[in-house]
Amino acid sequence: MSIKKISKAELTNFVDRLISTDKVIGVQAKGDRFDFAPLESAKDLRLDHDVTLQPPKKYFLPPIETLLTFEVGGGYKSKYSEKPFILIGVHPYDMIAINQIDKLYTDGYYDNHYMKRRNNATIIACDVVTASENVFASSMNAAVVKKGFDILLTDIGDAYVAEAATEKGEALLGKAKTTDADQDDLKKRQEVQKKNEETLNKHQLKCSPEYLPKLLDKAYNHPVWEEKAKTCFACGSCNQVCPTCYCFNVQDDVNWDLKTGKRQRAWDGCLLDGFTKVAGDHEFRKNRADRFRHRLYRKGKYVPSKIGGEIACVGCGRCVGACLPDIANPVKIYNRLIDDLGIE
Amino acid sequence: MCDCCATEKDIYLPQLATVQKVRLMNDTELYVRFTMDDGQFDFIPGQFVEVSIAGIGEAPITITSSPTQTEYIELVVRRIGNVTKAIHKLRAGDKIGIRGPLGNGTYPVEEAKGQNLVFICGGIGLVPQRSFINYVLDNRDDYGDVTILLGTKCFSQRFFHSELEQWTARDDVHFLETVDEAHDCWNGNVGVVTTLIPKIETELASAKVLICGPPIMYKFVLMALQESEVPKENIYLNLERKMKCGVGKCGHCQINNYYACIDGPVFRYSDLNAAPEAI
Repeated sequence: MSIKKISKAELTNFVDRLISTDKVIGVQAKGDRFDFAPLESAKDLRLDHDVTLQPPKKYFLPPIETLLTFEVGGGYKSKYSEKPFILIGVHPYDMIAINQIDKLYTDGYYDNHYMKRRNNATIIACDVVTASENVFASSMNAAVVKKGFDILLTDIGDAYVAEAATEKGEALLGKAKTTDADQDDLKKRQEVQKKNEETLNKHQLKCSPEYLPKLLDKAYNHPVWEEKAKTCFACGSCNQVCPTCYCFNVQDDVNWDLKTGKRQRAWDGCLLDGFTKVAGDHEFRKNRADRFRHRLYRKGKYVPSKIGGEIACVGCGRCVGACLPDIANPVKIYNRLIDDLGIE
Repeated sequence: MCDCCATEKDIYLPQLATVQKVRLMNDTELYVRFTMDDGQFDFIPGQFVEVSIAGIGEAPITITSSPTQTEYIELVVRRIGNVTKAIHKLRAGDKIGIRGPLGNGTYPVEEAKGQNLVFICGGIGLVPQRSFINYVLDNRDDYGDVTILLGTKCFSQRFFHSELEQWTARDDVHFLETVDEAHDCWNGNVGVVTTLIPKIETELASAKVLICGPPIMYKFVLMALQESEVPKENIYLNLERKMKCGVGKCGHCQINNYYACIDGPVFRYSDLNAAPEAI
């Protein structure tokens, strides 16, 4: 696959041409912050954003999604999203999160609802230009991404280096006026990525991420869970903004005719009370501390064991900013455990 | 299943089934007999289905009939939530949706062959165990001694009366029963199910012990088994959780690193060392 160079002016023209023919979603300013939203004009696209309010996960796993339709007392029919779209401005850590969920939603039981959306997407990722207030992707080996995207853009000052990594990306990039990237361009790209690997690190994890499962093996009964959970509202904000959280609930919705309806899934969060409640009101993680610990164990141990060891926290820092009592920062908790338990 | 078939199938799509018979067994437990409309249904004792009532939702229910019963599938459903309340309104001929069979952790049907079996059931915990019990009784020569312990909260909550009578009458089944609270109509054992453990005649330490009951029961049964020096490898626990999606995605049934739906719902106790949430 090829690596091209595209001028900033041409990228704007290129995106405008895409908008005229395709559904294009890109990062835009929202007040003094940023979020993904449908693009109406390329001038609204902000590839210099620090972090988006919500991760791009919502385009593959929407907050509410219809899985199937039904007739009361009759049959069920699958409902899929078939519409192709282009997603521009996905940061490396978010791309890594998408790669993880791809694996989780296809291993064992293949989730067609997720994968149809995923296959309908063309992802134009971009290397980070501005570090956000709480990013720690460098600590999680997630500051730079090597796969999953169709095109990766890297701002090298006067232009972008554009790497097409798939046939879909190659075909799309072919529609833009580009030149082949030369050695100098590639060197500049390497410098950007090398810098990001070191500086997207507002919170420094005191161990390599690979060590986290081992650390957690001996931290189950550590007092930190109770201490932090004392001020936890169990609001689920940390779940809601997390690019690697993928739990959901399923609910039926009957139409006004009372004869037909739809079955929907909606995001759920393991921090919320009732998440594990079963018949007879028995709740397996009734204590907030248990739920608080569960999230950190999922990120650092449980999910990694299902995806080949990669840590399921990509260091986007969104939970740090979303948590009102300021207890969600995974780095602070893992570092506290390292301080108390040491590194073997 | 190959990859190309996997990508065609919708893991959340129920298949239609027809209710053949319903019968209220006590105040809260409904017996439901159904057949799949397309006829296909192979399962292993311990597996469950997601029963779907359009407009209300799905509930995970473990199959209570044995796979040796091929003409229909049986469930016992306690009336306790929205979906189970709707299930209780079903009548013969009604259509339901079924996803499954689900669950990869099942009863040790093959591994337990030739060995002595001890089933410890608490209340509605009899329901999942009954699938394996009847499978064993239908293949009686393949297994050693069969001991069944059943503890029910109160006399009026007992169900499957005629089957319990048959087990009592059989020479090749050692069936012991108790109720928690004394009752005028009951002259049997009174006390919780653990009080029956000392009465087991089979050598416990070498038997396969299978447990299913309310969450609180496991702790006490396991303590009693530990005293009898039953190795953890020989103990199987049926850990029912909130298996919402049934396919290892939604996260509700997670027990530490395990999902009850795809790693269980039947677990070998020795596999649960790193899962303190299990008990």
